[in-house]
Amino acid sequence: MKLQILGTGCAKCNALTMATEKAAQTLGLTYELEKVTDLKRIMSFGVMTTPALVVDGKVKVSGKVPSMDEIKMMLA
Amino acid sequence: MLLTLIVFAVGIVRSFFTPERTRRILSGRRESVGNVLGALLGIVTPFCSCSAVPLFIGFVTAGVPLGVTFSFLVSAPMVNEVALVLLFGLFGSKVAGLYLLTGLIIAVVSGWVIGRLRMEKYIEVWVYATKTGEVESEEKLDWPARIHSGRDAVKDIVGRVWFYVLIGIAVGAGIHGYVPENFMASVMGKGAWWSVPLAVSLGVPMYSNAAGIIPIVQALLGKGAALGTVLAFMMSVIALSLPEAIILRKVLKPRLIATFFGVVALGIMLVGYLFNWIM
Repeated sequence: MKLQILGTGCAKCNALTMATEKAAQTLGLTYELEKVTDLKRIMSFGVMTTPALVVDGKVKVSGKVPSMDEIKMMLA
Repeated sequence: MLLTLIVFAVGIVRSFFTPERTRRILSGRRESVGNVLGALLGIVTPFCSCSAVPLFIGFVTAGVPLGVTFSFLVSAPMVNEVALVLLFGLFGSKVAGLYLLTGLIIAVVSGWVIGRLRMEKYIEVWVYATKTGEVESEEKLDWPARIHSGRDAVKDIVGRVWFYVLIGIAVGAGIHGYVPENFMASVMGKGAWWSVPLAVSLGVPMYSNAAGIIPIVQALLGKGAALGTVLAFMMSVIALSLPEAIILRKVLKPRLIATFFGVVALGIMLVGYLFNWIM
């Protein structure tokens, strides 16, 4: 599955990246993670608040770092 | 403790005002009414300065007028619940009320002025070319989820605030211990007319959030600085900063950034004089 983290590089974006990787590993998923830092591309997803997590092209959450359990549900 | 309760309540209120909904309310609004609404929504919409640029693009491409967008961008960081609660706790309802009112006025007026100046052409061209993708269907929140987001807000804000308050206290203690009593009174006191512009020009490049600056405010006041001068300093530190200018440069041409900073700084100075005059 394809995971994308949208964010221009703030502390929360890094927190979300790490949390997502951990969640994906715990679930034993095969995934490809990309950090999207280019503003134009971030905007093309229609989000207005960063960080955001995109799973297979769908925006799952934006503007906050969800808890580990919530991330796992988004990935499942 | 009071702070915790209020942050909790605000966290719940905020779950009703997502940036997406705020945008929907503001898009297509006329100016003036829109400016007031933008400033008011700035208080309750969750906002982090690292989201300023995506938010800006999202608003402008959705047809929110430029001036209204700026009203929102000025009020969102400056007039927020943490600043108000701390001001209320330390200096009483009068100061907190005046801060709320004047902060809103600055946001409304500077947004309106920027709108009148017709500066749309100073937005980087690519912003308008940006295709904002489909906004995903908004998640419906039930009450447990709202309470949950209230709790998250407490964890998040209280967690972050402590760090800043500690730094603020350290700087405040430094001022308290090392700055001679009369120095501040002479530089930032009521007597000197140039103290307000000086405070603002010191404050603009600096960045801190509301919680971190308040212990410094307290220390300065203790040293005999005038309230209006100190509040002008506080507002300029929170509302404007060098990092923000650099981030905004990605979407705005220098002339618009300069106008934005100039208009807001001018408003803050007027507020400083006003406070010094009435208090």
